[in-house]
Amino acid sequence: MPDRDSPLRDAQRSAGANGHVPVQTPPIIDPNPEVTMPDEPVDELSVELRAGGVAETAPGHLVGSAQPLGVDVSGPGPVSTAPAPSGSTPKRPGDRIFSALASGSGLFIVVLVVLVGAFLLWKAIPAIGDDKTNFLTSRIWSVGDRANSFGIAGLLWTTVLISVFAMVVAVPIAVGIALFVTHYAPARLAKPVAAVIDLLAAIPSIIYGIWGIAILAPHLTGVQNGLSSGLGWIPLFKHHNNAVGTVFDGGVVLAIMILPIITSISREVFQRTPRQNIEAALALGSTRWEMIQLAVLPYGRPGVVSGAMLGLGRALGETIAITIIVSTAGNGAPFDASLFGKGNTFASQIATGGDALFAHPGPFIAAGLVLFVLTFLVNAAARAVVNRKTVS
Amino acid sequence: MTLAAETPTTAFASNLRARRTKNNIATVVMTGCFLVALVPLIWLLWTVISRGWRVMVHADWFSQDQRLTQDWRTPGGGALHAIIGTLEQVLVCSLISVPVGVLAAVYLVEYGTGKLRSAVTFMVDILTGVPSIVAALFIYLIFIIEFGAGFAGIYVSLALVLLMIPVIVRTTEEMLKLVPNELREASYALGVPKWKTIAKIVLPTAFSGILTGIVLGVARVAGETAPALILVQYSASRNSNLLHGNQASLPLFIYSQFPNYANVGSKENAFTHVKEVTNNYAAGRMWAAALTLILLIALLNLVARLISRRSKVSN
Repeated sequence: MPDRDSPLRDAQRSAGANGHVPVQTPPIIDPNPEVTMPDEPVDELSVELRAGGVAETAPGHLVGSAQPLGVDVSGPGPVSTAPAPSGSTPKRPGDRIFSALASGSGLFIVVLVVLVGAFLLWKAIPAIGDDKTNFLTSRIWSVGDRANSFGIAGLLWTTVLISVFAMVVAVPIAVGIALFVTHYAPARLAKPVAAVIDLLAAIPSIIYGIWGIAILAPHLTGVQNGLSSGLGWIPLFKHHNNAVGTVFDGGVVLAIMILPIITSISREVFQRTPRQNIEAALALGSTRWEMIQLAVLPYGRPGVVSGAMLGLGRALGETIAITIIVSTAGNGAPFDASLFGKGNTFASQIATGGDALFAHPGPFIAAGLVLFVLTFLVNAAARAVVNRKTVS
Repeated sequence: MTLAAETPTTAFASNLRARRTKNNIATVVMTGCFLVALVPLIWLLWTVISRGWRVMVHADWFSQDQRLTQDWRTPGGGALHAIIGTLEQVLVCSLISVPVGVLAAVYLVEYGTGKLRSAVTFMVDILTGVPSIVAALFIYLIFIIEFGAGFAGIYVSLALVLLMIPVIVRTTEEMLKLVPNELREASYALGVPKWKTIAKIVLPTAFSGILTGIVLGVARVAGETAPALILVQYSASRNSNLLHGNQASLPLFIYSQFPNYANVGSKENAFTHVKEVTNNYAAGRMWAAALTLILLIALLNLVARLISRRSKVSN
């Protein structure tokens, strides 16, 4: 945080130059033996503060004393010699404890995430080794006392298909809403409108699940049949006789669920479109839509892309809504590219593991690891897009 | 010649008309997008409220469990067991996540330098994207498989910790960054130690913002189902012991009623021996539990909004 430190450092330096401390402080007065101990992370702020001649005295005490600050100081000798930028820095016990707690918490998070990855990896590798079939290309999931054949091909396809479908449905609508909020809705309405969309994010996914299968899915049957009768020659829209519980149903509900994430990120970048760009476009005689094409969309594209990726990451890991809505396909069912088929995602396969999960956790852990890596890659890509934007 | 002079004007006029039309279409489409998004929201809320309120307003709902009413043909019972479970699991989760999350954010903003700082930022980013089922699987692996512990609510809390920490770190970090540096500098200039500056000046200034983040984090994990699905089993009776035994929570209660929500059937009357069509009470309970969960989360969001209104710092 250099921008924060520098003015303070300057101020302290000049305070040190005023010579409050050096005169009044005896060279060796500090009884704390820790003072001489070299501190590993040298804290610039406290170094400078020491140099400025302020010490452990409570603030109330300071205010109460009529004497100049320097008199009250029982500061350590060594520091008073120079405003040393590094070297042996005395630290108050309170500071040391607090800083240890704070960095301990940071470290805890690092260890935790490493542990999650390492543990999954450690448990998944032997399980994959014991697999009786090809882990990557098989569509079978037979886990039990007698069978140990499992492959992720089917899970991977359903997971990716349903998430990408949800993203494709959600992104245009989300961008439309974001533009509506930032550039169309009257200023008075913009905030409530945004809050209403955020409400969608507050609804728990299990409620989306039960609503999706009980209420929405029957209404989507007609849409499915329409699409498959018109576009049935495309494998993606191949006709199936599934009324409800299809990948399509799950994808539509997922699209609703990820809509608020994509909207809020797009909204944020659209809001930050430079005023000059907007006004320049308008001054050239653009209509509002042309202004959006010229100024807002090019500026906001990276934000929309990263929002879409974050939404995709969320969709990949969604568990309960998919478990409830999408029916399970038969074990080892042949490959089916259609949106109107059934299937299991990684998450729903793990969630419905039941007794097999307890008796033979290995295959499920392997599936969990693949899901972990998948969401990690998608989220990392989203962040990379954002970072590239801020750099250029 | 006159023709040549006219052409640009008419071209311009028709061009302008086309542009205006395009602009109007765009306006309609944008507004339409918003209205389209309203449809599922209103539809869902209407479904849950209209189907759930009748069961929820019954006095038993907040004072009884489902011990005697497990069958979908039996009316009555309440959600007390699930409410207790949800509150306990979320409370314990918060007790762990809040200190860790807030302190980690303090580290990132006030102390962090070098490699550890970027490592923490990176790991929090990863944690933000960890699917809830993976977090649950990790806890399952450690406690239930490795340590051989039985199912219990506490493990749900631990899995929720993984999901709540990133929310709290992110919001707290944002809020701490908004605290003006002048406050810190004024405090240092008065000789206040750094830790006291953080504890007495920085954190109190950002307090309402941090609290908002915490409440939103609680709202986020209160509706999580995936951890409860594999780490604890549903119990129809009240169990307030987080450390032992099956425990219900609101999402799990919803899920337990779900398989029967569409059942229709008949039952022989015990006295007249006549088959009578029975009502399905599981559906009502399912929607009522969903409504209770939504109301709980709405309440938390409302609290968050009220707190953030009193915030001393804002962007």
